[in-house]
Amino acid sequence: MADPVTVLLPEALRRLFPGAPRQAEVTAGTVAEAIAALDRLWPGMADRLCDSTPAIRRHLNIFVDGERARLDTPIPPRGEMLVMTWISGG
Amino acid sequence: MTQVKLLLGTKKGAFILDGDGDRRDWALRGPFCETWPINHVIADPATGTIWAAGGNEWFGPAVWRSTDVGESWTHSSTGLAYPAGETPIKAAWSLALGPDGTLWCGVEPAGLFRSDDRGETWTQVTGLTSHPSRADWQPGGGGMILHGILPHPADADRLWVAISVAGVFATEDGGATWAPRNRGTRQDYAPEEQRYPEHGQCVHALAMAAGMPDRLYQQNHCGMYRSEDGGRVWTSIEAGLPSSFGFPAVAHPRDPDTLYLLPLNGDQAGRYMPDAAAAVWRTRDAGANWQALRDGLPQQHAYFGVMRRAMAADRLDPAGVYFGTSGGGLYASADEGEAWTCIAEHLPTILSVETLVRDG
Repeated sequence: MADPVTVLLPEALRRLFPGAPRQAEVTAGTVAEAIAALDRLWPGMADRLCDSTPAIRRHLNIFVDGERARLDTPIPPRGEMLVMTWISGG
Repeated sequence: MTQVKLLLGTKKGAFILDGDGDRRDWALRGPFCETWPINHVIADPATGTIWAAGGNEWFGPAVWRSTDVGESWTHSSTGLAYPAGETPIKAAWSLALGPDGTLWCGVEPAGLFRSDDRGETWTQVTGLTSHPSRADWQPGGGGMILHGILPHPADADRLWVAISVAGVFATEDGGATWAPRNRGTRQDYAPEEQRYPEHGQCVHALAMAAGMPDRLYQQNHCGMYRSEDGGRVWTSIEAGLPSSFGFPAVAHPRDPDTLYLLPLNGDQAGRYMPDAAAAVWRTRDAGANWQALRDGLPQQHAYFGVMRRAMAADRLDPAGVYFGTSGGGLYASADEGEAWTCIAEHLPTILSVETLVRDG
């Protein structure tokens, strides 16, 4: 069993899932596993973070311990996964 | 007391205008759906449930739902996805409720999904996207979108869809198989000898005549048309109109011979009101003759357009007719289009208008 990691969620995402906190602890070894864990806590959240490629959505960035990550990027034990919205909109 | 609600999809969220049977005073609520671009908002007249289809640049496509007339909203895209490896869905574009309660959703890139649980989960209608013509479908200026869905009012197996740029397709077996329904509609962007193909036309809007489900009207990028046989053959009805170009087409709620169009000045001429003077055009004889309805509409400096879903009629008698502009203005007529009033200004670009009438 992997160790807990810390996930930081952006405000615009949290507004879509009432009750979702800024910071959550999930058990995961990769970004994909962390997103799956988030989806179990807040059903539908994986669809907001990933497209069906599957890939992280184009205008979102995910950083693991400060480095830009992909779905298969490992998260070290006690690591931090930061979800950020990228410059977009219209 | 009769309640009339106008459901708006805009570039920055959904809005609702609340009015009564007089349709004179309106109260605006919104923006809803977290200001996502919302392409289409519809309601179930039996229950009042509202659905809003859209897509957000950050978080992707979803269909929002409100069961309390807009007070609170949830969203779902469970199943609203193409298989891994295919181009992902960018946005949900169009909605329709079938006679058996099936909720249909058209998406970009063009495809169709169905929900049998009122929008909680979705299943792709693979029969459409596996049509042999699929490789020929091309995006237009608005993307490659399935923007129109017309269910037969009584036969749940029959459905028409409008795809840009591919044309009209119909199913008579609940979505298992599809056939193009474009004969007689023009494709001015093809070489001259190829202008009446089986598919590849740029349909802009479809409308069904009241009580005559095989009579369809169509606003196309290249002309206005009527079909008397469910779209198998189309006949031009553009004579008498100021241009052959426009986006919406709205059928009267009771009279199958009455149709409303909003011609723009031309696809390469700015796409605004002809001569910058706004008019809704109405036929009372299925397209043989047309009348410009201008009373109350701006007659100078009207450089706005009206999008393909941004006009609607209510079911009251006399029928109310409504349209929203690219400049965020909303116009209403409570007398079948004779006189118009601007009932909202300064909204975001209005992408769709639908009505919900409730008694009691």
